[in-house]
Amino acid sequence: MDDTLQILDETGKKVGKAPRLKRETLLRMYRAIVSTRAFDDRCMKLQRTGKIGFSIPNRGIEATSVGGAAALDAACDWIAPHYRDFAMMFYHGISTEGMFDNMFGNCDDSAQGRQMPVHFSFTEPIKWLSISSPLGTQITNAVGIAEAMKRKKEKGIVLTTFGDGSTSTSGFHSGMNFAGVMGSPMVFLCQNNQWAISCPSEKQTMSESYAIKGEAYGIPGIKVDGNDVLAVYKAVSDAVKRARAGEGPTLIEAVTFRMGGHSTSDDPSRYVDQALFDEWEKKDPLTRFRAYLIAEGHLTDESAAAIEQELADSMMAAAKQAEAKPRPKLGSIFSDVFETMPKHLENQMGECISHFSERDEAVDEKGEFPL
Amino acid sequence: MSEITMVQAVNDGLRSIMKEDESVLVMGEDVGPKGGVFLATENLTAEFGEQRCFDTPLSEDGIIGVGIGMAMNGLKPVCEIQFQDFIFPAFDQIVSEAAKMRYRSGGQYTVPMTIRTPYGGGIRGGLYHSQSGEAYFAHTPGLKVVIPSTPYDAKGLLIASINDPDPVLFMEPKALYRAFREEVPEGIYEVELSKTREVTPGGDVAVFCYGAMVPVCTEAAKRIKESRNKDVRVVDLRTLMPLDEESVLQAARDCGRVVIVHEAPRFCGYGAELSALIAEHAIETIEAPIKRVAGFDTPFPNTLENYYLPDARRVLDAIEEVLDF
Repeated sequence: MDDTLQILDETGKKVGKAPRLKRETLLRMYRAIVSTRAFDDRCMKLQRTGKIGFSIPNRGIEATSVGGAAALDAACDWIAPHYRDFAMMFYHGISTEGMFDNMFGNCDDSAQGRQMPVHFSFTEPIKWLSISSPLGTQITNAVGIAEAMKRKKEKGIVLTTFGDGSTSTSGFHSGMNFAGVMGSPMVFLCQNNQWAISCPSEKQTMSESYAIKGEAYGIPGIKVDGNDVLAVYKAVSDAVKRARAGEGPTLIEAVTFRMGGHSTSDDPSRYVDQALFDEWEKKDPLTRFRAYLIAEGHLTDESAAAIEQELADSMMAAAKQAEAKPRPKLGSIFSDVFETMPKHLENQMGECISHFSERDEAVDEKGEFPL
Repeated sequence: MSEITMVQAVNDGLRSIMKEDESVLVMGEDVGPKGGVFLATENLTAEFGEQRCFDTPLSEDGIIGVGIGMAMNGLKPVCEIQFQDFIFPAFDQIVSEAAKMRYRSGGQYTVPMTIRTPYGGGIRGGLYHSQSGEAYFAHTPGLKVVIPSTPYDAKGLLIASINDPDPVLFMEPKALYRAFREEVPEGIYEVELSKTREVTPGGDVAVFCYGAMVPVCTEAAKRIKESRNKDVRVVDLRTLMPLDEESVLQAARDCGRVVIVHEAPRFCGYGAELSALIAEHAIETIEAPIKRVAGFDTPFPNTLENYYLPDARRVLDAIEEVLDF
């Protein structure tokens, strides 16, 4: 990793020039990582007990998410994310309960229970574009959002995130190409966690890196230690500055490792050697950042333990609240297809509601009548 | 008021709305200084500048993907896909992103985008410059599908599509681009979406059609009037999704005999839906089998395209068949 930007080594020792960040910001970054672990743990338990259907583990990649998120201005910037970047949401203070509403698909879910869990959509406190399951599609959308900002003479930029696998999609190619040609104010953050479900990087590309792909599009490509939150922050901040100054897009490859399955439905022991997990466990982004914060006097073992407990408790509380809410109303199947419901959908909604009402089946397991 | 062709009406519609609404912009392959391969975007770059009408890299999924992002962030992009046959790389963006964005975000994000694309045969375009893919798109919840058949409708429906809060696929019958002229008002006007147009009045046979099949059906109606003094009600659907179901059913009930005409292949074509709709809701008034006249279930041929495309003679045969049943 000789050409890879690194500020904290694997033990959390400073080996490069640290960006100037307030204590408050550093702790916010730290809390976002801890929150993500706590959210992951809670979701795993909820999934294993059959209360939610699915989740996406984030363990191991959190520094990439947080470093990227912390470089943004929530007042004007947008995030066009892929599905494994929860720490970005925690950093920007997106409602934890709102996230659990989505995990349960309840009546307060912004997507009204229409999407699988983890397909979050939020507009506050930062624009978090509704997540799609097909990969790489958000990349060209991000270019369009950025081009709209440019035309409206706004100062915002767009951060789009995607995994190493998504660099093989036509969306990556088209998005990089359009952004290069148009000089779009945006940052491409590739979370190279080395696995696309079970497909390793060496079967994904013959390029020597993902960062080097920028060259083909006339876009600077930067490789950074994705488990080093300060290095990711520095790289993305520099790219954001360039974008805001009208100097065009940047591609950043953050090299990290997915310390678990692709999803709660996946068993990575079928295709990842345990030795690799052991190797990357030593580079864990959380322990590394914690060691740094303790060394800098921002944190103690005791205060770190207190934060962990506090956030685990708050996840439990938010999950319980979301779990207690009713399902969306039956009619929500038919709304939001178009702004104004056309006649044929009105008819189908009527048929659906009367079909289930007549059989008393429009009552959910909590005894509520979800009409 | 001036007499112009359909492609000029499209151009005029774009110019009129761009003058009125700064958030409207036009993008696509060769739409800039060249003015598009059919000249539908002629002079728009000169008049509105490169930020408002611009050439993009040659990538349909890029054009639509970028257009979606612009639409989500406050603009009203009009994306041109040079030939509808080339739209399929963008199928995922249209079907999975544009059409589902409102639904999957509970209305937090919406895509008020228009996709303009010339479709259909009649120009010796062969396999890849002739297709009519409306059924793929009309099958997609969240997407509107609009097809004009006259210069007046082309301008009014296009402006209505651009002003619509949801994504619209606006398919232009290229065979009619320069087929005839018609008086078209200057400035802004809208033709309401999801309303059919009665092309000819009649109570003997209802003929449902759209796009380039409208003049074909009108010709067949004229001939049957001459030969057998029968009155055919030719109905131009204009919007395929959401369909004006009431008008379709009314025409079917009034006439009791139905012919459906499109150039797309018959199997799972739009006519299948119309036929099923009429059978489900108006079977008691129908006096003859519902007859479809369509393209064959083959790819679109080149040299022999006139044998593939429904013409007035084939439509006339179908009308006679339902009359004589």
